[in-house]
This record gives sequence, structure tokens and C-alpha cells, in this order.
Amino acid sequence: MHPASSVIIFNTFSGLGFGLLFWLGLGALVPTGLSAFIWFAIAYLFAVGGLIASTFHLGHPERAIKAFSQWKTSWLSREGVCAVFALVVMAIYGAGLVFTNTRLGLIGWIGGLASLGVVFTTSMIYTQMKTVPRWRHWTTPAMYLILALGGGALLGGQVKIASVLFIIAGILQMYAWGTGDTRLAASGTSMATATGLGHIGQVRAFEPPHTGTNYLMREFIHVVGRKHADQLRIIVIGLAFILPIILLLLPHHHVFAALAVLSHIAGVLTLRWLFFAQAEHVVGLYYGKR
Amino acid sequence: MTQLPPPSAKKLGLVIDLDTCVGCHACVVSCKGWNTENYGAPLSDQNAYSGAASGTFLNRVHSYEVQPDEGAAQLIHFPKSCLHCEDAPCVTVCPTGASYKRAEDGIVLVNESDCIGCGLCAWACPYGARELDAKEGVMKKCTLCVDRIYNENLPEEDRQPACVRTCPAGARHFGDLGDEDSDVSKLVAERGGFDLMPEQGTKPVNKYLPPRPKDEMPEFDVLAPYLEPIAQDGKGFVGWLDKALSALPGGAK
Repeated sequence: MHPASSVIIFNTFSGLGFGLLFWLGLGALVPTGLSAFIWFAIAYLFAVGGLIASTFHLGHPERAIKAFSQWKTSWLSREGVCAVFALVVMAIYGAGLVFTNTRLGLIGWIGGLASLGVVFTTSMIYTQMKTVPRWRHWTTPAMYLILALGGGALLGGQVKIASVLFIIAGILQMYAWGTGDTRLAASGTSMATATGLGHIGQVRAFEPPHTGTNYLMREFIHVVGRKHADQLRIIVIGLAFILPIILLLLPHHHVFAALAVLSHIAGVLTLRWLFFAQAEHVVGLYYGKR
Repeated sequence: MTQLPPPSAKKLGLVIDLDTCVGCHACVVSCKGWNTENYGAPLSDQNAYSGAASGTFLNRVHSYEVQPDEGAAQLIHFPKSCLHCEDAPCVTVCPTGASYKRAEDGIVLVNESDCIGCGLCAWACPYGARELDAKEGVMKKCTLCVDRIYNENLPEEDRQPACVRTCPAGARHFGDLGDEDSDVSKLVAERGGFDLMPEQGTKPVNKYLPPRPKDEMPEFDVLAPYLEPIAQDGKGFVGWLDKALSALPGGAK
């Protein structure tokens, strides 16, 4: 799959933003007044900034409002509805903290869970794709949720929670990669079933439909990610999880905390890039490629 | 609405004969021509006259080499366009309702004025039947020439998809695959028509007819017994060289 930068930025920063909103909503940290304003501003900057970035890959972003209509069948539509709901509810909760120094507990819980719901609906956009066997697995939503929870906890200064979640996330991510590598082969879709010619013999792509490239090949066939997957996986585990944990274990200092956040963001950006770049879409089989 | 309608009785689609297709790409050209000049946004090309040419096509012809366990390899030309699936995954993922399946005849279409160009339907399609037009920013796909097949301004014989009308080999057939007695349904039953990627669960309406088994030529050459290999006892320098090299350790006999 083509790793579109707008979608990688969206997945990374919205995940962090909604993760922070989750912990704010649940009352893991209860800032008031100006400090609450700053916390919520950071969370909204990440969550909304990511959502805006995601519209950059659209062919017609001016029609984006129409995407709220098909929540009955479309996970993308559900994500949009859930995001607006979560942002509105959390704005009410945040206003209570900023202007009246009161914590509207129930509203916080509803907004916090809805924030997590946004991350879950995002993950289901990918998980539902039968055409991308690597993504169609419970580890996809599990990783999205745990990254949002862990990253949100890190941003929110919840050192212990973040450290524990990062350890779990690192192990879960390695499991997801390991099992994902064989999922295309295990899916039963091959050049033989794609062409229906397997009963005659071994199928080989002899001549593509055209000499150049096309939308399908640009969007669905990407080989560089898998070529360097081993190195990239080490970079991800190191930057996203191990280095932040070490920095959090050091004596508390704002510089270390900032470095932990930067390292985690760099690691998650790499993780997301790899999430797309190494995923194989079955349409590549028609071109004899993965 | 992107909810799929209940299965329609009428299922319009194509039957493509892989035995007959000669790989001339005439269907690709006629499809591009008709669908650029008629319904919806034109199918654009980028850098059409340079080395990096690329463009939107609703129908493309692949060619595959199939090597049986024994005997010669076969070359099979393989046209591919939207299969108008009954359980079309491209329809249900659409967030705006632009992608839909017609309740009356099962044709899968895109309402281009509602399409936001998110590309998710192309992700959901295992067949590569949908292409986002680089110029218009909307999703393009085979319409089964919906603006031809019901078009009473066209002569009767032209009321079929452009690709079918143009195929010089008669490798493409159009009809109602929901009707067991239609010509296309009979053809599918007779020739063992099959689905592409049945394991994806999309229930394609379009069917493919397999290549017929190749003829096997019996050996009947009356002169063959007289044409034994002649160089059994080579003479002269080459004959000596052959024997000398064969005598060396590991030499070919």
C-alpha cells in the first residue's frame, strides 16, 4: 500500500490527541483554569490537526461533509460522526474545567470513551479490508488503541501508565508483524485464484496491460517497505517504546519528558509508514507483484 | 445509499471467453473512447506523450503465461473490468453514498457529484476495477455502458457495452446472468464459467470462461524411423575430439 503522508500524519497525531482526550476525560489529570486551557489546546491541536491533514488526500475535500451520511455501513463515515461527537462533548467538559473549575465527571467519561471510539473506528477502516490480509486481524485495532492510550498517557504526564502500556505495545507490535508476514499466503488468495487459471498450471504475469504505471500500481504496490522491514522494525521498537521508557525512568526533568515525547512521535510515524508500506493488497497479484 | 439492495432478479454483466480473446486491446480502446466522450467525467491521461505516460482506464488486458506440469506453456490474454459483484465491498465502504449498486439490474455505479475521492472503494475492491482519476479527483469505474444499453437513440445492435460491441474475436458477451435461460447463462453452464477470487466472498456477476484444453498431436510421421540420429560414429578430427573428451574423467558419454 502507498504510504500517503497525510494519512500517516493523521493516524499518528490524531491518535495521540484522542488518547490525551481520553485520559483528560477520565480524570487521570484534572487541570483547571489556564492550565486546563493549555492541556485541551494541545489535545485539540493534535486531534483536529490530524483530522484536517487526512482531508489533504481527498480528491474533493470540499464535499467532506457528505461523509457523515453513511454511518450504517461505512467505518470511515462512523469515524467522522464519532470524531465530531467526541470533540463536541470534550469541548463541553473542557469548558467546565477552564471557565468554572468544575469537573463534569459523567460528560468527561462519555467524551473520553468517545475519543477512544474515534481511534477504534479509524482502525476498523483498515481492519475491514479483506483485500489487505495483513491488516485483517484483531491486532490492528488492538495496536491502534494501545498506541493512543500509551501516547496519550505520555503526553498527559502519566509516566507509570505510559511505561506499562509501551511495554505491552512493543510486544503486541512484534507479534502483529510476525504473524502478519504470513497472512497473505494464508489468506488463500493467490495468482491462481485471481486469474482462475491455477488448474492448468503455474501462472506467471507475462505482459502487463500497459508499459507505464497506473493508479492501481501507485496505490497498492509498494515494495521498499518490505525490503527494509527488519531495520525499520528495530527503529520503531527503539524510538517508539524503549527510548521513551528509559527517558521516563531517568530523574524527572522536562527535557527528558520532551525527548521522550519526540522519540515516541518519531517512532510512531515510522510505525505508521511501515503499516502502509509493507501491507500487500491482493490486486498486486494481477501484476505478479506484492 | 451504500447499503446494498436485496439481490436483484436481473443481474446484468459480462462473460469473457479466455479461450477466444486474442489480446488485441480493442475493448480497452473502445471503452476509453466511449467513456471519455459520454457519461461522467472524462478518463484523463497524464503525460500522454512522454515516457511517463499514465491514465485512467476502466478495462485493462493482462497477459499470463501458464505452465502445466507437462507440455508447452500457454499464453492467456485476460481482460479485466468491474465484475458488478453481488456483495460489492466497494459499495458498503463508501462514506458518502456516492458508490451504489442499482436495485433494478445490479449495475455498480458512482455518483460523481457525491464522490469525495477518498479512494476507499478502490482499496476494498480485490480486482483493481476502480481507478481514481488524477485530473477530476473522482472514482471512475465500468458502468457497463449504462448510457448505451438502455439508449433508444442508438440502433438496436449498438445497445450493448462498447467493449462487447467492438470485440473482433467475439470473446466478450453481455446479458442477464440472473436469468438461467439467457444466452450468457447457458454459455457459462456449458463452458464451466468461473468467478475470480471466489474466496474474497464478493460473488461477482461477471464470469470468465476457461481456455479449452489444447489439442495433442499424435506422432504419425512415417519417415521418423529412418531418421535415427546419424552421428553415432563420428570420423575425422571432431570424431576423435568427441571420443577423447568422453574418455577423460567426468567426460560426457
